[in-house]
Amino acid sequence: MTSTEHGEVAVPGTPAEAQRQRGMFGVSGSGDTSGFGGLVRVAPGSAVTLHSSERPYGEYFDEVMDAIEFALGPNRFAATVQRVVVDRGELTVYVARERLVRLCKTLRDHEALRFELLSSVSGVDYLGSGGAHEDRLHVVYHVTSMTFRRRIRLEVAVPVDDAIVPSVTGVYPTADWQERETWDMFGIDFAGHPGLTRILMPDDWDGFPQRKDYPLGGVPVDYKGATIPPPDERRSYR
Amino acid sequence: MTPNAKTADPYAGSRDTTEGRVYTVTGGDWDSTFAGDPVSEERLVVNMGPQHPSTHGVLRLVLDLEGETVTKARVVIGYLHTGIEKNTEYRNWTQGTTFVTRMDYLAPLFNETAYCLAVEKLLGIEVPPRAEVIRVLVMELNRIASHLVGLATTGMEMGALTAMTNGFRERELVLDLLEEITGLRMNHAYVRPGGVAQDLPDSAEGSIREFLKIFPDRLGGFHRLLTGQPIWQKRLQKVGYLDVTGCVSLGVTGPVLRAAGLPWDLRKVEPYCGYETYDFEVPVETSADPFGRYLVRVAEMGESLKIVEQCLDRLEPGPVMVGDKKIAWPAQLSLGPDGLGNSMEHVSKIMGQSMEALIHHFKLVTEGFRVPAGQVYVPIESPRGELGYHVVSDGGTRPWRVHVRDPSFVNLQATAAMSEGGLIADVIASIASIDPVMGGVDR
Repeated sequence: MTSTEHGEVAVPGTPAEAQRQRGMFGVSGSGDTSGFGGLVRVAPGSAVTLHSSERPYGEYFDEVMDAIEFALGPNRFAATVQRVVVDRGELTVYVARERLVRLCKTLRDHEALRFELLSSVSGVDYLGSGGAHEDRLHVVYHVTSMTFRRRIRLEVAVPVDDAIVPSVTGVYPTADWQERETWDMFGIDFAGHPGLTRILMPDDWDGFPQRKDYPLGGVPVDYKGATIPPPDERRSYR
Repeated sequence: MTPNAKTADPYAGSRDTTEGRVYTVTGGDWDSTFAGDPVSEERLVVNMGPQHPSTHGVLRLVLDLEGETVTKARVVIGYLHTGIEKNTEYRNWTQGTTFVTRMDYLAPLFNETAYCLAVEKLLGIEVPPRAEVIRVLVMELNRIASHLVGLATTGMEMGALTAMTNGFRERELVLDLLEEITGLRMNHAYVRPGGVAQDLPDSAEGSIREFLKIFPDRLGGFHRLLTGQPIWQKRLQKVGYLDVTGCVSLGVTGPVLRAAGLPWDLRKVEPYCGYETYDFEVPVETSADPFGRYLVRVAEMGESLKIVEQCLDRLEPGPVMVGDKKIAWPAQLSLGPDGLGNSMEHVSKIMGQSMEALIHHFKLVTEGFRVPAGQVYVPIESPRGELGYHVVSDGGTRPWRVHVRDPSFVNLQATAAMSEGGLIADVIASIASIDPVMGGVDR
């Protein structure tokens, strides 16, 4: 545990420019009265996405990255892999979206890689991650090599007004429902998906519920003379 | 159905009222699914579910039939969607346990443990050895209960009602144990980030040892009742076939994959919670059909018994929660007349003696602890396969994102591959052998 002596979070690898959010108790001026929490929060998303790791990555990660570079060739590798992050013993490769399907095919088929199983596809919305970082919608793929017992994570970032990612269903059929769920919840369009429709929400639903700017709705409630504001306006939900 | 001209949506006509726009949702997709003449055409479209006793929960199937042969099986889900993933983003890290336990409601302790392992990996902490053993103990008891329900519902859907009543009867034994340990039969919220909510009660070891004596015979009862029985074999053998290639490309894990012949069990291949130190086997079958999956599940219950026994043998006295007072939930819980609550000793300590303890209690309960920013993916072997938690923190007191890779959700995709080309009765066997839990599928 590396945090919270005075509430300030000492995040490993947090970039210095990570934005911080203050005044979370809704006060201005003197600020926090408890003196314990400090009530300073790293701006959403900014701590997670902005840095990249240097070689050697450790564990099997160097071997995997070498194999990817060998399989793709140096030029294509440079165009495919945008950034590599090693954190908490997990390897994350940020991929250019137009190269994603080619990379997945290589990961699945190359004899030194053999990532046969696509474990999970999920979306993350890094709204307000600060700076010039416009690509707030991320698609995160967890691929598993059953042969070598290895796992790596691929991440593709797209802006919200051009949220199109090529579908990997041609390489990993299991992505079918998982991409539909990501479309349903985040509105990320998977180009080439055989039937991209809503899966968990009703067919006629408006909006994408797991985006961070999706309104929570609700009405103010009167209780014993006080008014409890709707969730969107509550301090703890901001 | 008369779709409103103002909306292009064929399923929901709408009109404006003083209260806002009102939608009238109808089952209108039926017309677009089935457009042919029912008398002259061979093709018949049958809707099954979402309320149907044989679809293993609120699952809807749309089946294209030619005679009794299924030519196309479409699966419709989402009827149990409750937005649990979104909800966790508005609760602190400890409260997340109470949400995730309600996803796959037959394997609540697996959800809790996977979630807590993810939070602990983000925090960079390790739980005390006793807490780890207790987690394994309750998970394996839970695995037995979950497989028993899988077996019972398979029996019910096949028409073997004695299998159903026996399965639920034996499950009660496990639920009684879990109630004794955690206070609740289901949705325990027992495993917490940093350890478990409270230590085993003194009576637990005796009760579990008693269960270990009774249960092997009950397990044998399933073999005597079902394994050799011709009807059971005829219904389950040589239908719903899915080989290893099909499983891996469709992402299917768990008993379905092991019944196809691949001994892929995360407890062995990527051990967590100290599973590498326990002595147990990974049961494998090669028939790749529902009968093989049934045999794998029964054998796995036997292996779980072995693990439970080893857990009891290695329980050493010690703490069940990390020592860090900035993480450990002040859960000196005790059972009062109105349920589980803070113990009187704890209340008198924080109210009368220690200001520091009161502050910690207050800050932890109202605000929660902070988790350093980053993301992790933690997979564990739930009764249905790989249960993965992708958890993202932004450094705050609440998760930025919790995504659950639920094995039921992914495995259910195999329905079409298993059942198309077979008979309609075998669709039921196929789905029952996947053993999906709709709470986990829809989350």
